[in-house]
Amino acid sequence: MQTPSLPATVTTPESRTLPTLATPLAGSPAAPPSRVSIEGTVVADRVYRAAIFGFALCVPILLLLIFVEVGVAGWPALRQFGFGFLTSSTWDPVAGQFGAAPAIAGTIITSIIALVIATPLALGGAIFLSDFAPSWVRQPLAFLIDLLAAVPSVVYGLWGVFFLLPLLREDVMPFLRDTLHLGATPFFRGPAYGPSVLAAGLILSIMVLPYIAAVSREVLMAVPRSQREAALALGATRWETITGAVIPFARSGIIGGVILGLGRALGETMAVTMVIGNRHELSASLFAPGYTMASLIANEFSEATNDVHLSALMAVGFVLLLITLVVNGIARWLVWQTGGSRS
Amino acid sequence: MSAALQPAAPAPTATTVTGRIDVEHFDFWYGKTQALHDITLSIAPRAVTALIGPSGCGKSTFLRSINRLNELIPGARRSGEIRLDGENIYQKGMDVVTLRQRVGMVFQRWNPFPKSIYDNVAYGPRINAQPNRVDLDAIVESALRRAALWDEVKDRLRDSALALSGGQQQRLCIARALANDPEVLLLDEPASALDPIATQKVEELVYELKRDLTIVIVTHNLQQAARISDRTAFFYLGKLIEMGDTQRLFTSPREERTEAYITGRFG
Repeated sequence: MQTPSLPATVTTPESRTLPTLATPLAGSPAAPPSRVSIEGTVVADRVYRAAIFGFALCVPILLLLIFVEVGVAGWPALRQFGFGFLTSSTWDPVAGQFGAAPAIAGTIITSIIALVIATPLALGGAIFLSDFAPSWVRQPLAFLIDLLAAVPSVVYGLWGVFFLLPLLREDVMPFLRDTLHLGATPFFRGPAYGPSVLAAGLILSIMVLPYIAAVSREVLMAVPRSQREAALALGATRWETITGAVIPFARSGIIGGVILGLGRALGETMAVTMVIGNRHELSASLFAPGYTMASLIANEFSEATNDVHLSALMAVGFVLLLITLVVNGIARWLVWQTGGSRS
Repeated sequence: MSAALQPAAPAPTATTVTGRIDVEHFDFWYGKTQALHDITLSIAPRAVTALIGPSGCGKSTFLRSINRLNELIPGARRSGEIRLDGENIYQKGMDVVTLRQRVGMVFQRWNPFPKSIYDNVAYGPRINAQPNRVDLDAIVESALRRAALWDEVKDRLRDSALALSGGQQQRLCIARALANDPEVLLLDEPASALDPIATQKVEELVYELKRDLTIVIVTHNLQQAARISDRTAFFYLGKLIEMGDTQRLFTSPREERTEAYITGRFG
């Protein structure tokens, strides 16, 4: 809308009678006769183009700056501890020993739990809203799901501390471990404290659900009616229409929604800090307290008094940033691969 | 092309002529708006019946009533009967899925799935009959041959259907419908978005297909209706005004409104 309106302010009255179609032509080498309007268009076009290019460039530059800043600040710790920074689970500020393995593992495990729980729920909800819900249910329910995303994370944390943790400690954990005999596996073993990797994963799943659901709903509703009709007209049931035509059509968008949720899960700080137990220990058991990179930084930043400690926290931030980028890169690639033609 | 007309999978009802449609006192409403008023007509098997009329006259609604695709629209109601081979398709216990296998449909805007050419044609057989691999290959080839598309795509069945031209995509959609081995094929303005050459191909195809199918085609193009149809029904404001042999209807219409429409005085 802006481009056509710009020339009008600089053109002479007679050139204004040019048909609108001539405006885009003006930028091309084959210059039409009216000179004044052409020059004006070219200048305005250039300014406009340069301006929006500048805005667009801000984003990658900002990302690069953050990357470099965090990397430089974390470099001393990374250099001092080397690869051990990623593999050691000793985090002792007093002794000056820093290994971030529990936090890295905690971040990844809680995010996986969150996605495994949230994705089917969110997708199911989105399918219901896009294809089955009567219209009077659709709007209010979509609004409520969106509202989940608007709840401040500290409120989730409070809810986690006062409701989720007691529930886990008294009922869910004993049920999983003893009644279902899952205690025989290494993943559900040990005392049920409450604060745990499992608690963090559960609270994250609730927090990422609205993101996945909202994006999935949008892309499902954007699937053209003709695709649904094509499947129905071939004798597909409504369910077959959704699984065979609607979801494949929307697949890359749905993956995008899941990635958005994953990004949120990887970086979520407050609520996780409140329920994960904050302990530097690698354990296979989801009942054990753990740590995530984000909660580690949030917890210790104000108390980091010496340079090594500070640098180690920055290095954790750098690793978190790196993981986020790699995960997003993989996801982008996945979308790219599946977004094509093959079923 | 004569070989192309032999379906590889034998049609179970090959001996008896099927695909006859009888409509009796059919009304249709979208909410409070009545789209069809008391339609009574018969559609002959193994022939092309064209539905003509100005936009909004109900011809597409009528077409989509034959495979019950309209009933998904909230607020849609109907009364009266549509019988396919003597069986009321709106009777209780009628399986809509089976009905839509017997009555294929092709839409105005071609709508292949974003899958390979092969997977598009195989979609219907896969969800309905689950044939084994050899059968499926044969069905896909036969359907593509019947849609006069086989020679153009046989070397790239695994390529995306979306890479085909518009006309090819539309014929692919016809092949996809044919893969279900339907008795009736509904065409909703199948050529209105195609260029003249692609249109001609679709018309030739329709002419070939009527040998073993009942074809009902909605068209805004009167020349097209005159060229390819055996019988023509003229709809106006949700009512069936006149129906008869195409030749007769276009040369000596009995109703004044029919004449006004086909001579271009309104519509």
